[in-house]
Amino acid sequence: MSGLELRNICKNFGSTNVIRNLSLDVVPGEFLTLLGPSGCGKSTLLRIIAGLELQDEGSVAIGGRAVDGLRPKRRDVAMVFQSYALYPHMSVARNLAIPLLMRRLNTLQRLPVFSAFVPGTAAKKAEIASEVARIAKSIGIDHLLDRKPSQLSGGQRQRVAVGRAMVRQPAVFLMDEPLSNLDAKLRVQMRAEIKELHQRLGVTFIYVTHDQVEAMTLSDRVAVMLDGELLQVAPPQEIYTNPHDRRVAEFVGSPKINMIDVKVREGGLAKIGGQVLPLEFDAKQDTLTIGIRPEAFRLTDSRDPNSLSSIVRLIEHMGSDLFVHVDLSGVPDPVIARLPAWSSHIAPGSSLHLRITTEQVLLFSKDGKRLKPQASVTPLRGLVR
Amino acid sequence: MKPFTISLRSLGRHSFLAITTTFVLVPFIWMISLSLKPPGESFNGSFSLLPQTWHAAQNYTRAMTASPLPRFMFNGFFVCGVILTLQLLVCTPIAYALAKLKFPGRNVLFALVLIGLLVPGQVLALPLFILAHQLNLLNTYAALVFPFIVSPFGIFLFRQFFNTIPDDIVHAARLDGMSEFAIVWRIMLPMAVPALIAFSIFSVVGHWNDLFWPLIAVRSQELMPPPLGLMAFKNEDTGIDYGPLMAASTIVVAPLVIVFLVAQSWFIRGLTAGGVK
Amino acid sequence: MRRLRLAESLVACALAAPGLFLLVALFILPVAGVLVIAFTDWQFGAASLNFVGLKNFTEIFADAAFRKALANTMLYTAIVVPGTIVLGLAVALAIESGQTMRAFYRAVHFLPYMATLAAMAITWEALLHPTIGLVNQVLTAAGLPTANWLRDERTVLPVLAIIGIWQNLGFAMVLFLAGLTAIPRDLYDAADVDGIDFWFDRFRLITLPMLGPVLMFVVIVVALHGLEIFDTVQTLTQGGPNHASDVLLYTLYRESFQYLRTGYGAAVTVVFLMIVVALTLIQTRIMDRKVHYQ
Repeated sequence: MSGLELRNICKNFGSTNVIRNLSLDVVPGEFLTLLGPSGCGKSTLLRIIAGLELQDEGSVAIGGRAVDGLRPKRRDVAMVFQSYALYPHMSVARNLAIPLLMRRLNTLQRLPVFSAFVPGTAAKKAEIASEVARIAKSIGIDHLLDRKPSQLSGGQRQRVAVGRAMVRQPAVFLMDEPLSNLDAKLRVQMRAEIKELHQRLGVTFIYVTHDQVEAMTLSDRVAVMLDGELLQVAPPQEIYTNPHDRRVAEFVGSPKINMIDVKVREGGLAKIGGQVLPLEFDAKQDTLTIGIRPEAFRLTDSRDPNSLSSIVRLIEHMGSDLFVHVDLSGVPDPVIARLPAWSSHIAPGSSLHLRITTEQVLLFSKDGKRLKPQASVTPLRGLVR
Repeated sequence: MKPFTISLRSLGRHSFLAITTTFVLVPFIWMISLSLKPPGESFNGSFSLLPQTWHAAQNYTRAMTASPLPRFMFNGFFVCGVILTLQLLVCTPIAYALAKLKFPGRNVLFALVLIGLLVPGQVLALPLFILAHQLNLLNTYAALVFPFIVSPFGIFLFRQFFNTIPDDIVHAARLDGMSEFAIVWRIMLPMAVPALIAFSIFSVVGHWNDLFWPLIAVRSQELMPPPLGLMAFKNEDTGIDYGPLMAASTIVVAPLVIVFLVAQSWFIRGLTAGGVK
Repeated sequence: MRRLRLAESLVACALAAPGLFLLVALFILPVAGVLVIAFTDWQFGAASLNFVGLKNFTEIFADAAFRKALANTMLYTAIVVPGTIVLGLAVALAIESGQTMRAFYRAVHFLPYMATLAAMAITWEALLHPTIGLVNQVLTAAGLPTANWLRDERTVLPVLAIIGIWQNLGFAMVLFLAGLTAIPRDLYDAADVDGIDFWFDRFRLITLPMLGPVLMFVVIVVALHGLEIFDTVQTLTQGGPNHASDVLLYTLYRESFQYLRTGYGAAVTVVFLMIVVALTLIQTRIMDRKVHYQ
């Protein structure tokens, strides 16, 4: 099992810095997702790891071995492409066999007709065929071996692409948005299959996606990437509950986190509508941003002294929940609250009393850095009356 | 190490392409070179591209005066212009009918177009020669033009292009009270400008360069288009003095080459679409 | 509703009528005519005609000159097609393999395809002139044997074929360039990761198979161009020396229009048409079959 180390990787396309001084360690056997919006450099980073693109600065090591000068095939990596990149003119069996043929046969043995006369070719080819058959069976495509890629469904193509990556038993699996060409239903199914595959093989997976659900469900750790930089690398739950950066908080979570700018009052208090929030942080700030996830709102009633009065703008029914868009008094933009589906008395135009669960509030300074609570695990305790 | 391999690769690429470029360009360069040299210099086996004594004025004057070259050039422009105009007049409406109207026999008509597309022009030469003879057209401008008035390739190309124009545009034009005739000329053709340009280039290049049919259709020099005129000039000028002949060739080749260099991608599109014919 | 449909049909007929009439008069009837003439003894200017079955065809195939012309045309095509394909593909690959001067190389190589062949043939004659031509001068300077290229039975056809390659190379190149651009980049990336990174393996396993349909298409079209060789023969050799450069269309022209042997000419025309139709049908079959890459 091999891990992966990236040290100070920089990559420019012309004058654009696609990747800026990026370093990352991936533990052997880990499933790490590079998550970010399109154009953030995550695919480029993956291609640098594969050796398809050369970094301008920095180094890549796989399994403790620097691979910077090495061609893709010598790096012991396999890649699943967004478009699958199956060879359209070859059968599924040949698509799967190609990586093995290319590394186990020598130049003479690879020649089309001539190879028949080179000793040992037949035996090697038979061995490869049996390995291909075994892999095909293990991922349930053994009945498709004679078909051409054009005769396969999207899900089957995806499996062949994964199979082609598997046959070589690489140290690192690279996946570039492998599910984005599938319909929603199939995507959920294949997501589970990839997770299972990782558990079965136990090798390192590096998975690129812009889909936060994929990132959250699949990963041991998520690396959130924006504008060529890593903003945070952490387990999915921590990325959600403890983002280091305003941009991470905003990128992860659906509906998006509500961001409210406030002025800090004497004694570290801030007031949103009628509710006064105690703010504990370690730096002096006069203005800051409060991030409130939609589920941090709770319903209360007018007798609650800390209730925020609000007017309902519109309601989205999600089945298990309601997403309620409300105008909070004293807050310029509407905010979204996630409320239980049985809060049935809510109607557009009606007024609503909400309360913020202060434990879940996130504070950010003007430059977007997360303001950490002062050396305490559960810093925001209770409500100030 | 990387920059070195890249430059080696690029060196190999440019060397190979330099060789093929030379192969391709040598006739053009030699043609122009000879057109600038006096008779003596073509003999004495010098490789120099530029002449020791410039003879360009004499050669080009000779080319323009010793043969009716200006007349050949006019014939070329005139015949190509008339052919293209007639082709557009005939092909656009039938292509529109095939693409946008429903009528009995549409598939049969399209099959006829495809048959026309399949038949090379040379196959038609004998019967069309007889037809021209019967109609007393031989050795007239009409003889040079009439076989090409309808172009199956033109019909095909315009039909394909019209097919890509949404039906709703035709419907909207009808609701606006346009006649079908007006739709063809005021809506469809202006929308088909890319096809129009491609076809025009295909047609003009083809007929400017054509030697086969003019050779059959006309005898008198006053009617000869440039390639045929060049043959006549070559045959009467039996000396080994290449200067004027090369000057004449340069003049014949020049118009298309100049337009090609200006509108390269259009040319390539038009001629490859036509080669596909 | 019915009347509306009738109106549409009438309009369609009016729009299509001139084209239809001319298609029939200038394509369909002439083809029918040439087929009829080929099976009769009709001569140009004669008032009557009789069906003579295959007599014209037995005559042309009994004629050594025609058989020579047919063989020459096939040989010419057999040289031009592979020459054009290999060179056109090599040029396209070379252009595509780098970023610089692409438009220049593309334009230059395409130039012969659009330049007036009759005029360029005269230049080729000057280049190939036995004493003062550039070709022989260069060969002499290099100490290599020279020849009277266009007057020697052994060299005339290969030389014409080289001119044919010179002319068609740019056409093939343009189609190959289009085909190369259509190959997804991802395939080459996947090939890199899978270990197909030696240039010959990449070419053999990815580029060539992916170009397959384009390749077949170019082969057929260039073959058609080859069969239609006329201008260079008419300008440079007139079929000589000793029928060594006689080709189908030149025979067709000479017999039909110089000697006015109409039946003979019609039979040659029919043979030419059959070959062209056969090639075109092969092409359509291939194009229909090549869907498995989608």
